Amino acid sequence: MARASTFSYWLTLILVLLACVAALPNVLSKNARDSLPSWLPNQTINLGLDLQGGSYLLLEVDMEHVENRLYQDVLTNLRLAFVKARVQPENVSRKENIFTITLPSETSWPDISRAVQNETIYNGSFRTQSALNNVIFELDPALILSARQVAINKSIEIIRLRVDETGTREPLIQQQGANRILLQLPGIDNPERLKELIGTTAQMNFHLVNDSIDEPLTPTTRVPPNTIVLPLRSAMGLGAPQYIAVFRQAMVNGETLVDAQATFQDGRPVVSFRFNTVGATRFGRATQENVNKLFAIVLDNEVISAPRINEPILGGSGIITGQFTVQEANDLALLLRSGALPAPLDVVEERSIGPGLGADSVEAGKIASIIAFAIIIVFMVASYGVIGILAAIALIVNVIIMFALLSSLQATLTLPGIAGIVLTLGMAVDANILIFERIREEVAIGGRQLFVVLSEAYSKSLGTIMDANITTLLAALILFMFGTGPVKGFAVTLGLGVLTSMFCAFMVTRLLMLLWVGRDKSKLSILGNT
Amino acid sequence: MLLIRYLNLNSHIPFLKIRLLTSLLVLIIMFGSLGASLTKGFNLGIDFKGGILIEIRNEPPLAIADLRVKLSGLGVGEVSLQTFDDDRDTLIRVQQPDSATTSAESVINVIKQNLPETTEYRRTEFVGPSVGRDLVQQGIMAVVLSIIVISIYIWFRFEWQFSVGAFAATLHDIIATLGFIALMQLEFNLATIAAILTIVGYSINDTVVIYDRIRMNLRRYKARSTEELCNQSLNETLTRTILTSFTTLLALIALFYFGGAAIHQFIAVMIFGIIIGTFSSLYVATPLLLVMRLRATDVALPENPLENKPS
Repeated sequence: MARASTFSYWLTLILVLLACVAALPNVLSKNARDSLPSWLPNQTINLGLDLQGGSYLLLEVDMEHVENRLYQDVLTNLRLAFVKARVQPENVSRKENIFTITLPSETSWPDISRAVQNETIYNGSFRTQSALNNVIFELDPALILSARQVAINKSIEIIRLRVDETGTREPLIQQQGANRILLQLPGIDNPERLKELIGTTAQMNFHLVNDSIDEPLTPTTRVPPNTIVLPLRSAMGLGAPQYIAVFRQAMVNGETLVDAQATFQDGRPVVSFRFNTVGATRFGRATQENVNKLFAIVLDNEVISAPRINEPILGGSGIITGQFTVQEANDLALLLRSGALPAPLDVVEERSIGPGLGADSVEAGKIASIIAFAIIIVFMVASYGVIGILAAIALIVNVIIMFALLSSLQATLTLPGIAGIVLTLGMAVDANILIFERIREEVAIGGRQLFVVLSEAYSKSLGTIMDANITTLLAALILFMFGTGPVKGFAVTLGLGVLTSMFCAFMVTRLLMLLWVGRDKSKLSILGNT
Repeated sequence: MLLIRYLNLNSHIPFLKIRLLTSLLVLIIMFGSLGASLTKGFNLGIDFKGGILIEIRNEPPLAIADLRVKLSGLGVGEVSLQTFDDDRDTLIRVQQPDSATTSAESVINVIKQNLPETTEYRRTEFVGPSVGRDLVQQGIMAVVLSIIVISIYIWFRFEWQFSVGAFAATLHDIIATLGFIALMQLEFNLATIAAILTIVGYSINDTVVIYDRIRMNLRRYKARSTEELCNQSLNETLTRTILTSFTTLLALIALFYFGGAAIHQFIAVMIFGIIIGTFSSLYVATPLLLVMRLRATDVALPENPLENKPS
């Protein structure tokens, strides 16, 4: 880089102007921003949760549950396959993804294998264990992986539906790793309600009540194998827990619900629901066969209410009453509308920052940065005089470019990120100092034309500055890969800062110097003896 | 009148003459840091240990001793309280035993029920044990990876002796910083890892500038001894080193005092790091080159009779 061409100087100027335009929205009020013409950028910097206030939730999907569901389905299918092949297995057991089926002694596998394999809908391989007359079915592990991914995708969808309804501004919902979901909710610093909404699986089923059991019910009462004892959801958790015995097999499954709305009946909040055609038919038949019996509406193994079937319900819709508050009715309707989660979700990490702390951090960050900036500028000017002023201007341009990049990339600024900006100011100064020192040395050599002095100085310092800054860039990159939240924000500003400071030291300062020194080499005497 | 005039040092300080003494100092720092880390241990934040953290603000300030007794008696796990800002702000930390069956949710609720109505909840954080373990792993990997990547990069750009020196200097900085953190019992959380990585980057920055100069001098003055040239290089870069370190330190000190409590400890670690990083560039990275008998021939460029200029 013997001499930067005129083209590159013009390019620098244009880039700086573009940066000013891009950074401009940050200093305008909202009204001013909205009234900008559409071809001008109007995005401001994206503040992190620690500056805005808000919540960060990390949820873990219970993958064991997902896998067990899959294995259950495979088991059912296998049994069916053998039945179709007119064979009754003596025993079926499973260890992880390997199913062991013990055939009756008179059956041999080759005879039935084709029939069984035809009926098996899951990918996997059959092999024999002839000594024990066993057939081993190994489920393709890829199916397990895809079941997990489907579970995560579905969970994200359902979470999004539930979160959207609460009116959170721009929530961020993302998969993280193999079985976790990340939620960022700006402005929600008390996510209690949200956590409840998300934490509820919302599996709704309708069971017939088994009212043939006389004795008062407790969780340990002995009941016939076709019955289970479930707790009754009592209003506001008052009173002793009550229990109801219901038949284990659900009459109608909640998967066929298509709509649910919170409404009022007799002045009390209730939830109305509607089935799809399949569900409606099933519901109609069940109510027809069981008039005058009680049926329980069960949500996540808790009985919400157990009304009597007064007449067959053929229209496929009904009402759930249950001593709800308005909020509870709304939440239940929302949960039913969004559908049941494929597996329970666990909150494994939560960080909520209140708006008070957020605003204080922004203030503190601003003040500290301005003071740091001022100190640096004073120092540079005291050290290098007029040339120091040039460096200071370059520094201001540096900050503007950083703001422009942060705004247009919508990267997130966090409190450590502000520290990162201050740090890059320090490093930008370093680059300038390196160049100035080189210029001094070149000037001391003496007897050469101005542009030779400058170009020598710049080209010699390029290698050093690149090496020094690239190592910082590498550190920032690693931090970005391994960090989360505020630390990631720090890595972003540090990385961007390194790039902008290199650009400014090489192009902007040089441009300014050239403009100021002009043809007058003696001006460089500030830096030392000529 | 310009500072730079005063710093136009043309100094001839024989830095490396006292290298035996400083090496002793380095060893003391290393052992001291290791000792502090192992005996005093680290004040792990919830990021790594897992647990619950609630920061509250109360006007008028609460009676902390009473609160501590009350919260400890709730049976939610080990509770510790810390106050700052004249007792207005309180940090409540709850360490849940790994086998706890109560959810963090309910623990937080129970605690909130036992605090006055007018409490302002500044922040609430919860880290589950599995996430805590993951973050520890990631933190360690990040630090180890950074040392490796940087050493490889230096090997790439310089000769192998320089890479060893850079590796040693970086390791020294990390261990010394860890010792500092252990000694001051600063809270060790994710931000601390970020500070350590930044210090690594900054220290290497410094070291590279000096190495570059040493290499340049070795090529130019083939006759002089390596020790003499190292001293000369250190002197030539002294102005820059002083100015940069000073500027960065001043900026960080401003952040320390005005940046608010949230980044206080983060900045403290960085300030220490800048100082130790500059020291390591002078007295760990450079003397090692001598120990490894770096010669002018090691850095010589391939022979090119037409090429007359250095570098």
